[in-house]
This record gives sequence, structure tokens and C-alpha cells, in this order.
Amino acid sequence: MLLLIEQFLNGLQFGLLLFLLAAGLTLVFGIMDLVNLAHGSLYMLGAYFAATFTALTGSFLLGVVLALAATLVTGMAVEVIAMRRLYGRDHLDHVLGTFGLILFFNELVRLIWGPAGMNVTLPPWLNRSVEILPGVHYSMYRLSIIIVALLVALFLYLVIMRTRIGMLVRAGASNREMTGALGININLLYTFVFGIGAALAGLAGLMQAAILTAQIGMGENILILAFVVIIIGGIGSIRGSFVASIFVGLVDTMGRAFLPQILKAVLSPAAASTMAPALSSMLIYLLMAVVLIVRPAGLFPAAGR
Amino acid sequence: MIAALTPRTIAVAVVIAMLALVPVYAHLVGNLFVLSLFTRIVILAIAAVSLNLIMGFGGMVSFGHAAYIGIGGYVVGILAHEGVRSGFVQWPLAILLSAIFALGIGALSLRTRGVYFIMITLAFAQMIYYVAVALDRYGGDDGLTIYRRSQFAGLVDLANKTVFYYVCLALLLGCVYLVWRLVNSRFGLVIQGSRSNDRRMNAIGFPTFRYRLTAFVIAGAICGLSGALLANHTDFISPAMMHWTRSGDLIVMAVLGGMGSVFGPVLGALALLLLEEALPSVIGLFAVLFTGKDMATAREYWQLILGPMLLLIVLFARGGIDGILAGLRRG
Repeated sequence: MLLLIEQFLNGLQFGLLLFLLAAGLTLVFGIMDLVNLAHGSLYMLGAYFAATFTALTGSFLLGVVLALAATLVTGMAVEVIAMRRLYGRDHLDHVLGTFGLILFFNELVRLIWGPAGMNVTLPPWLNRSVEILPGVHYSMYRLSIIIVALLVALFLYLVIMRTRIGMLVRAGASNREMTGALGININLLYTFVFGIGAALAGLAGLMQAAILTAQIGMGENILILAFVVIIIGGIGSIRGSFVASIFVGLVDTMGRAFLPQILKAVLSPAAASTMAPALSSMLIYLLMAVVLIVRPAGLFPAAGR
Repeated sequence: MIAALTPRTIAVAVVIAMLALVPVYAHLVGNLFVLSLFTRIVILAIAAVSLNLIMGFGGMVSFGHAAYIGIGGYVVGILAHEGVRSGFVQWPLAILLSAIFALGIGALSLRTRGVYFIMITLAFAQMIYYVAVALDRYGGDDGLTIYRRSQFAGLVDLANKTVFYYVCLALLLGCVYLVWRLVNSRFGLVIQGSRSNDRRMNAIGFPTFRYRLTAFVIAGAICGLSGALLANHTDFISPAMMHWTRSGDLIVMAVLGGMGSVFGPVLGALALLLLEEALPSVIGLFAVLFTGKDMATAREYWQLILGPMLLLIVLFARGGIDGILAGLRRG
């Protein structure tokens, strides 16, 4: 029971982390119609910036704020220099161009920070465990990730549903040409949306970096998961990606934790121990395939597309 | 015949002649690395040609094509490990199994379109990748060494590098010819028609799903063959041979070479893999020129140049190398 609660929270935390990545990805896709494989690079940059700035300033919070600002600026710069030229092109061009950007950023990070990974050191007030239920202890840091990500999700919801900028974002997602024709500065809106997406990816990256390490290529595996999330949720839908990311996070974490035992109950121990790792790694891809077969446009297809 | 002498056909002829002479050159200068490099190029060119059949002509952007390289490679590797060394068993089985997987994956994936298709093919490739990682008996993550290359009852000796190279080259030319015949047949025209307007093709009475699925299976089968060759070339199989970046590489090759032509991906494979070899030296040279010191470390960062280069190719050289060649005649 204790394990179940802990794994449930771990799954929730992982899912919310995925949501931060997926939100930016799905916004960029929904509004600019851009497949951005380099989103994982921004996640990686966020982690490296955080490692550098926390070490430089000696303060975790200050380092995080600086890292977020740096990722935001990098994202906007990438949008102005490269991405802007890809809008309106074929999706294949997006895949190819941003694949090139991944290579570029991986090497750039290796050039600047070296091939070894970097650690983000947590301050003592985060690096401890708390008693969430009587007798149940949980990592304070993981708990704070859950809280921060939920706050970000709430903030995103409020911005998109209740503010003028959010209205433009929604308008841009449902009909780009019309929004432009009504006199909205589309270029500025795009740069802004891309920057926000980058900052969200950076936030996910730096939070993950404190649990694992900041390393080259860290963005790629999780990027594929984020794509799985937005495909399951329906491309362009923030609500869909929120539901799907928590779903994926829970399925992945719980699968890895409990699938071996479940399989052992059904199969012979030898067969179970060979099958369990493969099956638990495949579980979310299986999930995605099933969702796409049943609903080819995801669970919550964005309206007007 | 004179009319056929365009820059494009001349380039194709020159490239084929050059590929045919690679072993001669390698033996003359005594540099066997060149032979090994070109064997790899030829093998991956087969995979890129097969991808181009569905991507360039069918409009199906598969981001999981490397999975069939893996399947083909693992069939050869696993059979060799279990003592079945005959190429007459290994290779057809590699092709057959790849085709069966392509049939299953295609039947499910082709229900979706656009980005969903790109991502669902990636998802299937990832599943197969993780299955390979979990195959503890066959090395799991670390891979498996193949001690004897496929045996062909003494007819051809694949352990001889020159013979193996010519086998690969012959298969590449065979695959290019096959794809060329396919593309120009009625079948190929239906595929291309469905790329431009699937609904219209359906309306005039073609069950395009079946045609597209058949193309998908053929592409998977050809790619499985290249996997069998790759396993023989490296004498080694591991999940890394079907890592998703390999699928990306194959897309790059097809686009770089030019998706509009059957031979384009061969040019793309040559260009990409030669660039990978040449860029470190070029960077090293520039480092010497600008700093006066031989900066060995600078050579490592070739991807720093390759990445933006890909982006520039996407932005400014549509149609790839083949597009440039085709444009020469007009200009």
C-alpha cells in the first residue's frame, strides 16, 4: 500500500513534468503548425542553465529564475533566427530542419559545458522528505515539482481562457489567416508563444536535472514521450495534453513498478523476468497505438482543425 | 539517346561507375577503410531508397523505418547465434519477417495522416527497439557479435570484403531498378496519385489503402534486406542499429538526395555519410588556419556544422541534390 502511494505520486510527478514539455509542444503545433523536434534541446538547455546559474549565484531560486529567463530568450532567438522560416512548410521539412537543430544544440552543449553531465544541487529545505500522510514519507522535492507543475497548469489555463493574449492564442489556433487579417501582429504572437513553450520546457528540464543529472541527449527520449502525450491528447489541445500526460506518467511509472509482479502471477518466473522490462517500456507506445487506432485524431481533438 | 544525356543521367552514370571502382581504388592505395566506409554507404543507401518509395512517392513519412533494419539484422544475428548460418535461410527470412512487421504496422498506421502518421510509426519503431533491448539471450542492450557471416554454400564468400562490397552494390542497383519499375508502373501511379489527392483517387475507384499498404510492405521488405547486409557488414547487432536517430538519418538521406527521383536517396546517402567523414577534417583544417594550432578537439564538433547545414538545405535547396541536377539543364 505504501509502495502504491509512492509510485502513484511518482507517476503523477512524471506526468506533470511531461505536461510542461507537452504544453509548449502542443501550443507551437496548434498555433504555428510546426513540428518541433528541437523542443527537447530547450529542455536540455534549461537543465544546463540551471546547473550553471545555481552554482554561480549560490542560490537555488535565483539560479532557477535566471535559467528560465535564459531559456525564454534562447527560445525566442531560435524562433526569430530559424523557426520563423519554417512556418507554412511541409511537416517533413520541419522534421528535417529541427533534427538538424538537435545535432547543433547537442554539440553546442558539449562545446560549452563538456561531455560530462552536470548536477543541480538542491538546497536543504528541498532535499528532505515530508510526512504527507501519517506514516507515509515522500520526497519534498518531488512534491514541490507536483505543486509547481499544477500551479503552472492553472496559470496556463487562466492565461489562455481569461486574458486577451490567451484569446489571441486560441484565435490563432483555430484560424491563423483570419487572426492575421483582423490586424493581430502574428509574428510577435508566434515569437511570444514559442518563447513561453521554451521556458516551460526549460522548467521541466531543470526540475528533472535535480533528480537525475543534466546531460547531453537528455531531451531526446523525453521528447518522444512528450510527442506520445500530445498525440494521445489530440494535437493543439492543452486540456488533452494535460489529461494524456498524467495518464502516460501514471501508466509508465506504475507499469515499471508493478508489471513484473503481475506477470509473475500469470506466467512462469523466467518468462516474466524477460518480458516485464520490454513490456513496461513498450506500454505507453502500445497505449498510443491503441488510442490512434480507435480515435485517429487523439482523445481531445482541437476544434476547428 | 542524346536527349537522355542530361546532367542528371550523367551524374547517375558517374556515381555508379565511381561506386563500381571503389574496391579498385581501395586496393591501389591500400586503404581498406575506404572500402568499409563505402560498404556502409551502399547498405544504408538501400534503406534510404526503400524509404523513398513510400515517403517520396507515396507521401507516407515513416519516422520508424530503421526498425526494419533492426529486424533484418536481428534475424541474421539470432539465426547465426543459434547455428543457422546459411544465407539462403537468413536473408529470405530477414526480408519476410520485415515484410510481416511492415504489414502489421502499416495496416494500423495508415489509418492516420500527417503528423499522427509520423508519430505512430515512430512509436512502433520504439516498441521494437525496446523488445531488442529486452532480448537478454541475444545480448540485450550490449548487442551480439556475429562470428560467421552468412554462408552461401561456397558460392560467394562474404568474408572477402571486396566480394561483399560488390554483393551489396549489386543489391543496391537491383533495388533501385525494382523501385524504378514500381514507381513507373500503374501501381506506382496510383501511389503517387494518392499522395496528391487520396480522396479523388478513391472517388475514381481505387482502393488506395490497399495500394499504400502494399507499398509500405515492399519498402519494409527492402529495408529488412539492408538490415541483413548491415549485420553482416559490422559482424554485430545491437538495438543501436534501430535507434530512432537512424530513422532520422534515413529521412535526411532521402531529402538531401532528392525525393523526386528513385536514385536521389543514393546521392543523399553518399553526401551525408561522406560529410560525416569529411567535416571533422575540414573543421580541423579551419582550426589550424585561424588559430595556427592543430586543435584536435575541434574536430569532434562536426555536428555543430552539420546541424545548421541540414536546416539550410531544408530552407534553400528544395528538391535536394537531385533537384539541383535537374535544375542545371534549365539554367
